[in-house]
Amino acid sequence: MNNTPPTPSYEPPRDHYLISAGGHIRSWLLTTDHKRIALLYLISVTVFFFIGGVFATMIRIHLLTPDGVLVTPETYNKLFTMHGVAMIFFFLIPSIPAVLGNFLIPMMIGAKDLAFPKINLLSWYIYLIGGSFVLYSFSTGGLDTGWTFYTPLSSIYSNSAVTPAVLGIFINGFSSILTGLNFIVTIHTMRAPGMTWFRLPLFVWSHYATSLVMILGTPVVAITLLLAGLERMFHLGFFNPAMGGDPILFQHLFWFYSHPAVYIMVLPAMGVVSEIIPTFARKPIFGYSFIAASSIAIAVIGFLVWAHHMFVTGESTYAALTFSFLSYLVAIPSAVKVFNWTATLYKGSISWDAPMLYALGFIGLFTIGGLTGLFLACLGLDIHIHDTYFVIAHFHYIMVGGAVMGYVGGLHYWWPKITGRLYPEALSHFAAIVLFLGFNLTFFPQFILGYLGMPRRYHSYPPEFQVLNVLSTAGASILALGYLLPMAYLSWSMRYGKVAGPNPWPATGLEWKTDSPPPTENFHVTPVVDWEPYDYRNRPDLGLAAGAPLAPAHSDD
Amino acid sequence: MRRGVLFNATFSEAKQEQGVHRTGELYGQFQTLDQQKESATFGMWIFLVTEVLFFGGMFLTYTINRHEYFTAFGIGSNTLDITLGTVNTIVLIMSSFTMAMAVWSAETGKKKLVPLFLILTLGLGCVFLGIKFVEYKQKFEHHLIPGRNFAITYRSSHPAPGDDPKEIALEKEEVEKAFASDPDANSHAQLYFSLYFAMTGLHALHMIVGAGLIVWLIKASLRGRFTPQYNTPVEIVGLYWHFVDIVWIYLFPLLYLIDRHR
Repeated sequence: MNNTPPTPSYEPPRDHYLISAGGHIRSWLLTTDHKRIALLYLISVTVFFFIGGVFATMIRIHLLTPDGVLVTPETYNKLFTMHGVAMIFFFLIPSIPAVLGNFLIPMMIGAKDLAFPKINLLSWYIYLIGGSFVLYSFSTGGLDTGWTFYTPLSSIYSNSAVTPAVLGIFINGFSSILTGLNFIVTIHTMRAPGMTWFRLPLFVWSHYATSLVMILGTPVVAITLLLAGLERMFHLGFFNPAMGGDPILFQHLFWFYSHPAVYIMVLPAMGVVSEIIPTFARKPIFGYSFIAASSIAIAVIGFLVWAHHMFVTGESTYAALTFSFLSYLVAIPSAVKVFNWTATLYKGSISWDAPMLYALGFIGLFTIGGLTGLFLACLGLDIHIHDTYFVIAHFHYIMVGGAVMGYVGGLHYWWPKITGRLYPEALSHFAAIVLFLGFNLTFFPQFILGYLGMPRRYHSYPPEFQVLNVLSTAGASILALGYLLPMAYLSWSMRYGKVAGPNPWPATGLEWKTDSPPPTENFHVTPVVDWEPYDYRNRPDLGLAAGAPLAPAHSDD
Repeated sequence: MRRGVLFNATFSEAKQEQGVHRTGELYGQFQTLDQQKESATFGMWIFLVTEVLFFGGMFLTYTINRHEYFTAFGIGSNTLDITLGTVNTIVLIMSSFTMAMAVWSAETGKKKLVPLFLILTLGLGCVFLGIKFVEYKQKFEHHLIPGRNFAITYRSSHPAPGDDPKEIALEKEEVEKAFASDPDANSHAQLYFSLYFAMTGLHALHMIVGAGLIVWLIKASLRGRFTPQYNTPVEIVGLYWHFVDIVWIYLFPLLYLIDRHR
């Protein structure tokens, strides 16, 4: 066997999910095919990413000078609020689960669809309705409460369009709940013969954990925002201290969801990385069961740490100590993952395809984001850096450096499966590097700014902070290029990319055993699984036999 | 067979190729009726878990405020009509019984009884909502709707012709005592009523959704759709209905019974 895997002259399938139901707009808007719904989500979350990105750009331009160059202080409040709302509720939370998870989970477990295809479509429509409410709020007065909607600012004092935004997020919550419910039931009941729990891809495990957070957390934030909305509409007093209500209660209820929501964003990205690393290291993943269990552990412990957002509210010292300790505990399963990924790389036959670059970027940035999270979990230190740019930098390292890197990497990795075509190789390398550099230049200076005491959410700053702010803004413009490039060439490749074949890497997952793009029913014959996951040394069906030399995945360029 | 056309035709074709038996009730993504039933039932249980957390947020808000404003919540609770509340509790428990009988009839193939018990359940649900409406109306008349005109003292200072004078005197004394210990008792009682309307309102909304589902079941059951082999819709709507009942079983003591010792 030579080093070059055989490249069969592959004919793209004549019938697949993109064309078999026809191209009519109705066949898309009324589809119950999880793959088509995933693409509907792909388009809609990209729209919200773009909207959130525009707000971010305006924030960074404004902060070029100490007094601000672009907007009034009131408008600045609206910009960071709308940036947060669009990005968190309408991009980050649905991005990987509703796009990649929707597309891949049924295929990875050998099912024809999710357990409830119509509910899947319904959840997309609920997302659209919720999104419309929020866009209505953005365009009729905006929103200036911060994405956290703290009462009584949101319920009494804010003069912006809070009510439609709160209703929109309330409605959108049900989209998330239904997606999580669908995934959990599907993973339990729809697995193909031989697909046991410990043969599930780690992507599926991480989505199982994510779904747990979705179904257990989202209802709580739904009722909390509903109460806050009722309070605003009918002048009730649930969270208004002037009427006997408790604003701290709102914060507890809000963070009971919104801290675990961080894991809704990052756990799926961890699942993506767990797929990409073994594929391009040509090795079975190290510590499969530990990675699977750590996903569940993160979801469970993640529910017990919420009050670390409230160390400065005057909560009881004992509560603060407990929440600080539990927050440190989350580091353990997170570190288990990072160590297992690096152990998988050790002595692997690594190839530097674009998905791999994103995955490696994820590991580095997530590690920085995670470790700075420990700074914030530390009671004494948090008093100093609470509500500063240190916090901003920390969670952007997790959410942008982690979740978005994972999302873009996953899009590249499964792009051949989704569209049947490969992305352009050289350009994608370039974009991944631009993204990584731009990201670090944007957010690393913010760690320093925060540590020096620049508070978050302020429209102006002392002149000595200008250099670091200019660096950050310069980085943001590079980062923007890093996002626009993949948007452009991925769209280009849908038509003009090289035909991919069913398994271009090759990878071991079940989704690679069917056509690219897959047929509507995913597999022509229900697959039977008789191999262990990530068995890159013992899969003669992929040209990966025991003892064979490990071939780099891409050897044609 | 109308259901058959709702999913993609290629599924059913693929199924026929594989020789999987199609009853017309089996959705394309499933292989067997057992798998379909298991998925649907499991899905409903998970949905109920999300409902527990949804109502849980309000129960937590209630608990904390009840602890904080003990007397004000007491006088607020005592203005509720305990007779109507008790009748409603009994009505709802009976509707759970008739719902359970509907599920049992569907599972044992008593096709005639299924719509009968469902209609009984729907009727009892409507009685509950009707009584709830009467209670809301009373609260409106007694100025107990949260807002500018909320006055916990209104009823004791403006007795209606039919009211028992002894009862009114007792209430007046109780309200005055509450104000002596908590000068802000009016706004704290208003908090109680905000929670009362939010909790019972969302509960009533769930009843209305349930009633809609039961109407759909009645129509299907009159066509004889539910058999011992296929009765999942009856079962999962039953689960939902029992859940909504259980929420009331918690609401009733928390809202009506917390301070009844005079």
